[in-house]
Amino acid sequence: MRLEPRSNVPVHLAVLAPAGAVVLALALTAIPLLWADVPVAQAYALIFEGALGSRFALTETLARATPLIFTGLAAAVAFRARLWNIGGEGQLYIGALAAVAVGSGAIAAPPMVMIPMILVLGALAGALLMLIPTLLKLRLGVDEVVTTLLLNFVVLLFVSMMIEGPMKDPMGMGWPQTAPMIDEATLPKLIDRTRVHTGLILALVAAVVVWVLVNRTTWGFEMRAVGASPAAARFAGMPVARVMVRVGLISGALAGLAGVGEVAGLKGYLTLDLSPGFGYSGIVVAMLAQLNALAVVVSALFVAVVFVGADFMSRSIGVSNYLANLIVATSLLTMLAASLATRYRLRLR
Amino acid sequence: MNEILEILLSVSFWAAALRIASPLILGTLGELVCERAGVLNLGIEGIMTAGAMAGWMAVYQGADLWTGVAVAAAIGMILGFIHGVFTVPLGLSQHVTGLGLTLLATSLSYFTYRMILPDVPSPPRIEAFQPLAIPYLSDLPIIGPAIFEQTPLTYFALIAVAVVAFVLYKTPLGLAVRSVGENPAAAEAQGIDVYAVRIGAVMVGSGLMAVGGAFLTMSAFNAFFFEMVAGRGWICIALVVFASWRPGKALLGAFLFGAFDAFQVRLQQVVGGDIPYQIFLMLPYLLSILALIVMSRRAAYPKALMIPYRKGER
Amino acid sequence: MNESVNRKPEDLVLRLRGITKQFGDLVANDAIDLDLARGEILALLGENGAGKTTLMNILFGHYVADAGEAHVADASGTLAPLRGGSPNASLLAGIGMVHQHFTLAENLSALDNIILGTDSLFRPWQRQRDARRKLAALMDRSGLLVDLDATVATLSVGERQRIEILKALYRDARILILDEPTAVLTPQESESLFATLRRLASDGLSVVFISHKLAEVLAISDRVTVLRGGQVVANVAAAGTDGPRLAEIMVGRPIPPTVRQPMAPGEAVLELAEVHVPGEHNRPALTDANLKVRRHEIIGIAGVSGNGQAALSNLICGLAAHDHGRFEIFGRTAVVGSPGRMIAAGVGRIPEDRLHDGIVNGMVVWENLLLEDYNRAKFVRAGFLRHGAARANARQVIEAFDVRCPGPEAATHLLSGGNIQKLILGRVLNREPGLILANQPTRGLDIGAVTYVHSRLLEARGAGAGVILISEDLDELLTLSDRIAVLYRGRLSPAMATEDVTIRRLGLMMAGQTSEGAAADAA
Repeated sequence: MRLEPRSNVPVHLAVLAPAGAVVLALALTAIPLLWADVPVAQAYALIFEGALGSRFALTETLARATPLIFTGLAAAVAFRARLWNIGGEGQLYIGALAAVAVGSGAIAAPPMVMIPMILVLGALAGALLMLIPTLLKLRLGVDEVVTTLLLNFVVLLFVSMMIEGPMKDPMGMGWPQTAPMIDEATLPKLIDRTRVHTGLILALVAAVVVWVLVNRTTWGFEMRAVGASPAAARFAGMPVARVMVRVGLISGALAGLAGVGEVAGLKGYLTLDLSPGFGYSGIVVAMLAQLNALAVVVSALFVAVVFVGADFMSRSIGVSNYLANLIVATSLLTMLAASLATRYRLRLR
Repeated sequence: MNEILEILLSVSFWAAALRIASPLILGTLGELVCERAGVLNLGIEGIMTAGAMAGWMAVYQGADLWTGVAVAAAIGMILGFIHGVFTVPLGLSQHVTGLGLTLLATSLSYFTYRMILPDVPSPPRIEAFQPLAIPYLSDLPIIGPAIFEQTPLTYFALIAVAVVAFVLYKTPLGLAVRSVGENPAAAEAQGIDVYAVRIGAVMVGSGLMAVGGAFLTMSAFNAFFFEMVAGRGWICIALVVFASWRPGKALLGAFLFGAFDAFQVRLQQVVGGDIPYQIFLMLPYLLSILALIVMSRRAAYPKALMIPYRKGER
Repeated sequence: MNESVNRKPEDLVLRLRGITKQFGDLVANDAIDLDLARGEILALLGENGAGKTTLMNILFGHYVADAGEAHVADASGTLAPLRGGSPNASLLAGIGMVHQHFTLAENLSALDNIILGTDSLFRPWQRQRDARRKLAALMDRSGLLVDLDATVATLSVGERQRIEILKALYRDARILILDEPTAVLTPQESESLFATLRRLASDGLSVVFISHKLAEVLAISDRVTVLRGGQVVANVAAAGTDGPRLAEIMVGRPIPPTVRQPMAPGEAVLELAEVHVPGEHNRPALTDANLKVRRHEIIGIAGVSGNGQAALSNLICGLAAHDHGRFEIFGRTAVVGSPGRMIAAGVGRIPEDRLHDGIVNGMVVWENLLLEDYNRAKFVRAGFLRHGAARANARQVIEAFDVRCPGPEAATHLLSGGNIQKLILGRVLNREPGLILANQPTRGLDIGAVTYVHSRLLEARGAGAGVILISEDLDELLTLSDRIAVLYRGRLSPAMATEDVTIRRLGLMMAGQTSEGAAADAA
């Protein structure tokens, strides 16, 4: 019995692998559920009901998927070029902070001006934050995994400092939160009286743009070459450092946009619980999508289903909603194992 | 200035430094063992969380403290086994597997904690490890109370450093571990089972990390809080680079780090409200990044670190 | 043609019967039989891809044979079956192997590398003193002297090879397998290796010597087994055969000799004057190099690997920069340190490590063929790649350079070494570069691919390119080069007309003699 590399990934496997991984993940997470005497089938049924069972549930899922598409794209772009940006969480918060800094009353202008401005500023903030680890990697050889991870903590403390200090809402009755976004700087709702906002459209557009960028442009060609083999890319005359910086900026910007969307489309003001780990979940989203930007949309929807549904399930039968994190984390590992099946063929003899 | 001197001269400061350093010593040592065998273990953050939860929970359920430590170590080794199987024989990305393991171990810990203790208003407490004065040694001036009046888990950490250093440099097993991290093909050509040695090293390293996590709930505090590991795992990874993959230097690095942390806490009290407290809390993370910047250029990585090995391919 | 070599079964230390190994559709070993007697030096001859390395990897437990059986004599001399698939079992059976690419951990000491794995892993400490005593005796007896406490990274290629042999001897190997051991040595170092092997054989050690070089096979071995296409095609006593006969058996068909027509060189395409390239890790880089390459001319660079070839190659590839001296390409000062600028200037580069630098693993054939051209106007429109044009380009190169692959969409890393090299040649030569740097262009290729690469390089020379050929294969250098220079510790000798050069003289220069001294000594 041995593994033989496949020359090409068959299409059916590219679809089956993530699906199989998810099924396997659900089966594996059933083990702790059984151990805790939870009715597994009911719990899973409630998850799907809670996420897809009603119009309201569906809109909640879409709202939850929006930031996940952004952070998933951020991870997918970076990982494609082997730039390990694990700092999506920090970039999300810094993007949100930038949006709030100008959008909560500092400047007043019509939405035509305000909304592009907060989007650009949020993206820029995320991009610049990611520039630090990228340059440290390129200039000084510092591993970007650890620096992006550590910067997440620094950014969160910085945001905490700002919302307890200079940016604290004077009308907030002492709560650590910023002043709310003014109406002109609020992303319009996509469907009235729900939480789905135009950020979803932006996320979908971003997915298409990223896909075209990676697969159809010379920039994408460079990114893929640098990611697959930096030595060969350099030997062939590609500007490896410039490509890495470009990738870092794009990745950081996408994560920053996730923050803008959440604060300007959903929450309205910035607190320290803006993101329940969207930056980290984005890594799972990207891996489930096998780093394909269009597939990121699908996998973000899946992860959103799990999170929204688990909240509902938790309220119904009292099983901790950390089950959602458990399912998502397990899917990442099963997806990794399943990726072997797409790259290798098992030969028995 | 006087206050700063006062801090640096106080015995309690040095004792606190070693106490704060203890989980970092264990975590760094665990990561070092994994990386010496060529495997980056980004599961460390989750493994420390799992160790903290499992060890504490075992004691809370009635086990004695050392059984709790053993439970934590066993959980760590199981998680390490998963990491080892994924990254060594399957050769999957060490980065992604490690992060996945961190997500898995963390969510599993939180989920388990919530399932066992669904509605507790405040985190329940256990009777944690108490400081144990070592006879005679604790009578030494300054060093005595600073080093030899710690909890048993700190002594465990210090002994672990010596044991790991001895094994790595003086025994055939240590040579095998170093060789699979430097050149697995060379090790295989000498009859070493590369997969077994790598998986074994990752398991032992992960066990050490988990005990480092357990230190938090069973020695530093006496309860389990969500997010209590707070990036210590990532700091340990930076410390391994800082230590150039040497156990002695890892001890030194972790201790300096603990001293710095103990110092900033005390300085915070002195400087008081002039500077936001978040600035002080940021310092450990920034210091870790700084350590990486200073050391990265001269770091002598284990040559095969992060490179999967397939048998028979050279 | 098998001449029966009569020997008593009790003399056998190794007996292989029907060893078969298949990789996908390729039968690497096809029912191979092989005997080895005590104290015998057996040469395993065959061109690249004939199955020699596969056979030895099976014997050493890296691969498991699909069929066949192997017996090895134990300490008492009785043949016992060898458990397959376990290097440890092979080591215990007394088989020692020196791989072509050394298997040494560079950051460990020579001693650590030798004793690694010889003690039980769970022994509480190492028996270093006993090891040193035993090694001192071994070194004394075999003449293989090594500084045991030196870190391997600081040692020369020759020293590393001695460590490799000591590793086997330390484990009391009764069979020593050497895979292409002379590929990295100067001719004189090879001589000294042969002397050592003969001494060890007379002590009772059995040696399998794998090579594709006829002359040395005849010089060292008692018996020659020739492999071709995975099969044993001859098994003859070395004394009863000769080079031309072996060559014909080895290749199985007449090889058209590569002929270099004399040509009048044109204007200079590359000029180095007093060029100095800084080195890394105190390795020799390039010091005060002077070299002129003209159109219609191939300049061969000889030297033991690690003597500055990397610095010279990197400089011309655009990966490294010189810190003083004059470096001109096509009469203009070269912009160094940028591979892109070198390509744009008209330099074609064939990298030494074709899998690492030459192709992007994970990209398909058309993408790899586009690596140096993706920014050219005919492949880009407003930042978007023109996939149609790129694929058409790929089809043209595949056709023109005879790249055997399913098509432009094929996964590059699954192609054979020869086809990958053809792909790189196609990418490079399609741009019609005026200056070509070919660094070890035929290493590891089978003879068909080697001939192809040679003919293409000569064709480029004929079309007006100047070629720098860096190679460790002296025969290749003597066949292709118009002039040859030698690199030793970062110093480049003056280029000598090939007609004035002998292998012996090159060898002396590769070991550090000046060209005049070497000429006098070689005469």
